[in-house]
Amino acid sequence: MFRRLHEPDGQSVSIDFEGEIINVAAGETVAAAVLAAGAEHSRTTPVTGATRLPFCMMGACFDCLMEIDGIPNRQACMVRVENGMKVRRQEGKRRLEA
Amino acid sequence: MSDTVDFLIIGGGPAGLAAATLADELGLSTLVLDEQSEPGGQIYRGIETVHPKTLSLLGEDYGQGAEIAQAFRKSGAAYKPDASVWRVDEDGMVAYSHNGKGATAKGRRLLIATGAMERPVPIPGWTLPGVMTAGGAQVLLKSAGVVPSGRVVVAGCGPLALLVTQQLVTAGVNVAALLETTRIGDYFSAARHLPKALRARNYLSKGMKMRRSIRAAGVAIHSGVEKLAAIGDNRVQSVSFQSGGSQSEIPVDSLLLHFGVAPNTQITRQVGCDHEWYEAQRYWRPIRNEWGATNCDAIAVAGDGGGIDGAVAAALTGRLAALDAAHRHGVIDSVERDRRATPIRAELGIHSAIRPLLDALFTPPRDICAPKDNETIVCRCEEVSVSDLREAITLGAMGPNQLKSFTRCGMGPCQGRMCGLTVAELIAEANGEPVENVGYYRIRPPIKPVTLGELASMSD
Ligand code: FES
Repeated sequence: MFRRLHEPDGQSVSIDFEGEIINVAAGETVAAAVLAAGAEHSRTTPVTGATRLPFCMMGACFDCLMEIDGIPNRQACMVRVENGMKVRRQEGKRRLEA
Repeated sequence: MSDTVDFLIIGGGPAGLAAATLADELGLSTLVLDEQSEPGGQIYRGIETVHPKTLSLLGEDYGQGAEIAQAFRKSGAAYKPDASVWRVDEDGMVAYSHNGKGATAKGRRLLIATGAMERPVPIPGWTLPGVMTAGGAQVLLKSAGVVPSGRVVVAGCGPLALLVTQQLVTAGVNVAALLETTRIGDYFSAARHLPKALRARNYLSKGMKMRRSIRAAGVAIHSGVEKLAAIGDNRVQSVSFQSGGSQSEIPVDSLLLHFGVAPNTQITRQVGCDHEWYEAQRYWRPIRNEWGATNCDAIAVAGDGGGIDGAVAAALTGRLAALDAAHRHGVIDSVERDRRATPIRAELGIHSAIRPLLDALFTPPRDICAPKDNETIVCRCEEVSVSDLREAITLGAMGPNQLKSFTRCGMGPCQGRMCGLTVAELIAEANGEPVENVGYYRIRPPIKPVTLGELASMSD
């Protein structure tokens, strides 16, 4: 679905995406990393459970919501990868905070 | 902790950067809050870190961003990247999140330079994985050197659709087709109405040249395309459309959509700026005077967030806002402000001469603004369809806010960014009234998600 034009030269970092360790380019966003890794979807919707991938890549659509380092509902297109980061798909509705 | 500065700027694109550079030169203490992690905004996204191989295929207009970013970096203006603004007050107080912590900053004068976003494109299947905005694909290319693999189709209208197609082809991407809703005849009638300015002619011939080179690279160009739809189960598998009276379907792995851009009015609305409807391109823009000043005393707007005019004009309007800020702070008198503004306005006039032509050529099609197909999703967050909305309108939902409470349309995390324009158009069409009478959602803070932890950290 997506591919890299060039392998990350300079530094690469590794992140844990759904239990799989993937090498990604330092400085890129979580959304870019997940797309380049070939993810079929990055979240499911709260209403019908439909699968989604990032749509706008600029912080407007909120279709890239993921759970990053344990925090749900983060915009993956606005968060940069960090070594050791744990990234999970956002499944359905966020547990309501008290 | 709250910093107070003479000139606080939200947004690190060409408008914000140029404004900051000049304000600093004039002696104003200046701070730029940028949601991105490096200067450039969306148009010059990744300009400081772009891979040399990627830079060469993005073209010379993109390369111009480096100059603006360098001048800004050399200036004494302060820069706070990764700063996501979630509330703005009329007196210039701004609350934002930065690395998981809440913070505030106050500008004696505040410039909102938050740019544009791509127009929402409610066609059947636009929520399927594999469908993305063309601008989004361009961000992936600029910021990460990541491109769609497999077969790609670009659909829509506007300069960016052409540019992204060209850039992807140069990057070696298999672009099977460019589906333009613009009719080929539109180009010719537009050419007849060309403004006298030479630059406008250059602009159009550059566009035509780009079209030719795209075609020469083997991309099929279909013009006058209608009834676009993305088809697939769990991801997009094909795109269907009508053109010249016949129905076609092309198998795709990625469908990139683009129907022009619209000002990002989330912040200007939340703080209480007055907006007007711009009929030619069917979007809302904040009402500003010739310096970008709004009805909110402490607040000005520069760049595409005030109306779409492109990156070069954005930097120029940023400079005008900086001059006005310096004047309001008593640093320069009005004679000096006006003297310095004269060459900027002259340049702005040249750049803006092309706009009426582009507006006429790339008017967003009717069925993109107010979709006909009942099953089409309008609100991506709450998955509200055209028929859900039509039903609620028939039941008497009077405006966008009431429609929201009837249907949950606009209540999700994007807070109406992806449906606000469409909803107003659907109500206007159903009730036979102009869109400006229908209005827009009330936007309340926080305009970006903020966690309890971020709120709590503010009182530390
Ligand atoms: S992809 Fe649209 S907000 Fe992240």
